[in-house]
Parts: sequence; C-alpha cells; structure tokens
Amino acid sequence: MSMLNVALPKGRLGERVLSLFEEAGFSCPAIHEPGRRLVFENPEVGVRYFWVKPSDVSIYVERGAADIGVAGRDILLEYKPDVYELFDLGIGKCRMAVAAPVGFRDDRDRTLRVATKFGAIAKAYYASLGREIDMIHLNGSIELAPLLGLSDVIVDIVETGSTLRENNLEVVEEIVPISARLIANKAAYKFKGEAIGRILSALAEKEG
Amino acid sequence: MKLSDTVLKYEEQVALALRELYGSHGYAPFRMSRFEEYDLYVRNKSFLVSDSVITFTDTDGKLMALKPDVTLSIVKNCRPAKGAQEKVYYNENVFRVSRGTHAFREIGQTGLECIGDLDVFALSEVLTLAAESLALIDAEYVLDLSHLGVVGAAIDALGVDGECRTGLLAALGEKNPHGVRALLNGAGATGPAADAFLALLTAEGAPKAVLPRLFTAFAGNEAATAALSELEAVLSALGEGTRVRLDFSVVHDMHYYSGIVFRGFVPRVSAGILAGGQYDRLVRKLGRASGAVGFAVYLDLLEERTPRREGLDCDVFLLYGEDDAPAAVREAALALRRDGARVRTGSALPEGLRCGRILTVKEAR
Repeated sequence: MSMLNVALPKGRLGERVLSLFEEAGFSCPAIHEPGRRLVFENPEVGVRYFWVKPSDVSIYVERGAADIGVAGRDILLEYKPDVYELFDLGIGKCRMAVAAPVGFRDDRDRTLRVATKFGAIAKAYYASLGREIDMIHLNGSIELAPLLGLSDVIVDIVETGSTLRENNLEVVEEIVPISARLIANKAAYKFKGEAIGRILSALAEKEG
Repeated sequence: MKLSDTVLKYEEQVALALRELYGSHGYAPFRMSRFEEYDLYVRNKSFLVSDSVITFTDTDGKLMALKPDVTLSIVKNCRPAKGAQEKVYYNENVFRVSRGTHAFREIGQTGLECIGDLDVFALSEVLTLAAESLALIDAEYVLDLSHLGVVGAAIDALGVDGECRTGLLAALGEKNPHGVRALLNGAGATGPAADAFLALLTAEGAPKAVLPRLFTAFAGNEAATAALSELEAVLSALGEGTRVRLDFSVVHDMHYYSGIVFRGFVPRVSAGILAGGQYDRLVRKLGRASGAVGFAVYLDLLEERTPRREGLDCDVFLLYGEDDAPAAVREAALALRRDGARVRTGSALPEGLRCGRILTVKEAR
C-alpha cells in the first residue's frame, strides 16, 4: 500500500485535525509518543503525518511533498496555491477583517495606510473598493501599528476580538470568513484518490 | 552516429520519442525565433500562463519579447486552406515566471497544434496523441478531460452575474463544494440548474459511468446536451485502453478556449505535465475563421522523476606530471578509452571528483 502523506498545521488547530483524521480511521499511535521526531507513520493504515508551520502547509501540498493537508482559508486566499480545496472542516473558524482604533473615521481624501501580514488579501480587497492604500507589511504584532501611528487600519485575522478590545481597537469591516480546509495535491488526487476519498467520506459522514 | 541512452538525459529521450510520435502522424516540425513582437502578447495577455514577459528594444526601436508561449506564434503563422488542417509540432524553450519561485525561468516545452476546420476525428486524434505522449512517460498516466461547452451552458442556465461566474469557475477548478454552494446561495440560484452545476462538480471518473449521469442532470439544457453529445462522440472515437477520465475541474480561460480541454498527469510528478484543449476563440480573435486544438508537454517537470546522479563522474582520472610528454598522455588516455573507460585527464585531482581509479601516465601504460 502506498502511503498517504499528510501535512498537519502545528498548534491547536492541527491537534484537532489529527483527532478528526484518527476518528476517520487514520490513526497513528507513534505521533502521541513524546520526542522530537518530525515524521510519524502507521504503515498498517497507510498514513504518514508530519507537522509543519501552518502557513507552509499549502507549499508542501502544492509541490507534492504532502498529498493532502489542512490549511486555513486565509493562507489559500493569500498564496493562491494550485491545489484542490476539497472540504470545509468547519473548525478553526474566525474572520479576516479590517480593524481600527475605536472611533476611527476614514478620510477618503487621504491614502489609507494598511498594516498587515496578508498583503495579497488586503490588496485585492481595497482594489475591489477602488481605494488607494499604502501597504505596510508586518510579520507579527499587527495590532501595534495603529497604536503607534504606523498605520491607520490593520487587516488581520480576528477570532474572539479580545486582543483588539484590550488594545482599544475594533472591527470596522469584515472581509471574509475563515475556516480550515482540506486541500489536496492535484496529481496525488489522481493516483491516491481512493485513500483521499476514504478520508473525505469519513469527514462528510461525521459532519452528517 | 548512434547515441547510447546514458548520453541522453531522460528529458531528452522523452523529447525525441515525442518527436517521433508526432512525426509518425504527419505533424511537421515548426521552428520559430526566440523573439516575438511584444504587441502579440499584450493583446492576448490572459491566454498566457503568467502575464509577466521579458521585453527588450530591437535595433529598429520595436519592443520585442522573449517568447513566453509558443501557441500564439504558431497560430499567427498558420493559414490553413479552407476545409483543411495545418498540423505542426514544436520543441521550444519559453521564458515565463514559474509559480513556485516567482522568478523567470527558461522552460522546455514540446507540443503540437492542429489548426483548421476541426471535426470529431481531428479532435479525437489530438486527444489520442496526448494520451500516447503520457503513455510514453508512464503507462499509469491519467488524462482528465472536460468540455467548456458543458461548463459554459451549466453556468448560463444559472443566470448569475459576471463576478459570480468567475467565482464559480474558480471553485469548479478547485473541486470546492463549499465554495460553489456559498456562491449559489449568495446569488439565490436554486432548482434544477443549481443541482446540475453541483452534479458537474462531483462528476469525475470513467466516461462510461459519468456521461449518463450528466445527460440526466442536464436534460432540458439544449446547449449542455449538445456539448455532452460532442464529448461522447470524441470519446467513442478513442482507442481502447486510453486512460481518459472525465473531470470538469479542468477549466481554462473561456475567452480563448471552447470545446474540449484536458490535463495529463503521470505518477511521481506533482503537477499536471500536459495541458491542452480546443482554442477556437483565440484563433478567431486573431482573425482566422477556423478552429484549433493542441497541447503542450512540460518537459521540465520530468526532472522530478529523474533520479539524482549517483554514479562516478569518470571511470579513470589520468594524472600527468611535468615529466610526461603530451603525446604520452594522449596515448595512455586513448588506450584506456578504447577499453570502454570514461577517462578524464588533469595535472591535479579536482576536489569532490568521483572517479573509479586514479592512474598516473606510467601506471596507465
């Protein structure tokens, strides 16, 4: 049996995805053993898991190092990988939104300064509004930018909104809802379609 | 002159085998210049895989481009007589931005084009050649086939606006059921037309199993039924054992393509290695009254299947010193080569060279 290579996003979301896959019959006892190994396999059910940085999952899948993987819709919209997006797992739900200091009023007469990690999403969103922006690409602590006057607004993922509230920021526009998606490499889908189909139908059954 | 398989790289062997295949079907080789006027690509930008083009100014001030695509140049230069077809194949390098690296790359590409008045046989012959091209690389290939006439008619029946159409096409290409449902719900599209579109999304597999389901789903949609019938006719003209699957996630740009479109996959290559289809609309945009169908094989992807070279760089390293006469070195190397060894000569051993034996000229004699 050829192994199905699965890229899991490191972190809480990945742990939940793993338990979904295990419930679907693709268990892997080795992955629960403590240690520093990166790759875990269970030849009996034909699965090989590996943890990768969440934003890298789509790269592993697009390039075929992983046959399938789980990535947030934010990553898929930002990097537009050439993959199949087969299933909405309905977990890791949050939203991509524009946030600004409480009471912010947009001055349409000025270029809007936007700080974000998600350059492509922000660019496409403001292009659709015909709004000229000055994009400030940051890699973390995006909320800090409007507080220090680096930007007018931020485009970022909002889960509960508590970080925003604590920093006197609020959502002013919602861009798109986000959740975790099962993605597949296009060639792997042709040659390992049977195994991928089993995972899909188990997930669909669970969703009921 | 006969070349052994060890001299030719795997990609080169495949390219030669493909040339032989296309030649045996009467396709004529088509050589073209590396440059083309930039204007041709500007007018047909969305036909290109990537819209970045390397440009330069020619001696007469004209803006030129390093070819990012072969098909446009061929269509521009082919003028088949009425009722006839021009059949050509090519083996060219194109310059385009690769998806993964976002940098320009020179990409080797082989393919063929059949331009003129197309009939069912002409379409099925090109499809057969696509299948045989893939079979030359790997017998376990898969050739996914779609028909944009079916896809177009399915979307027309929904009566949705342009933005929703684009979204539906993209979601179909991603096999994205939740995306399709969200778009259909957002546009208020329900009923048989919406059900039929969802049927298209899940229709994949052997034509014999899939086609009857689609005829049922699209009963009453004349345009879709006509396109399905054309698809059925082309499929029935294919030889036995052709590994063609129906898969409507193959969506090329509908401004240029119409009719059948296809994409081929082989094991151990992570992306589609062959892509093609019927591009009548492009031909008409360029002012020709006829149709066209063709495909390209992306030979650069074959590198994924090529094992890393693990053997020796040479069998013998012949080490010579100041005392050795040049004629003696030449004689010693010749004698070793006559015995079949690959011999490299030098006055010092290069770092990292993997050779079977190191011999001095004296030892070699």
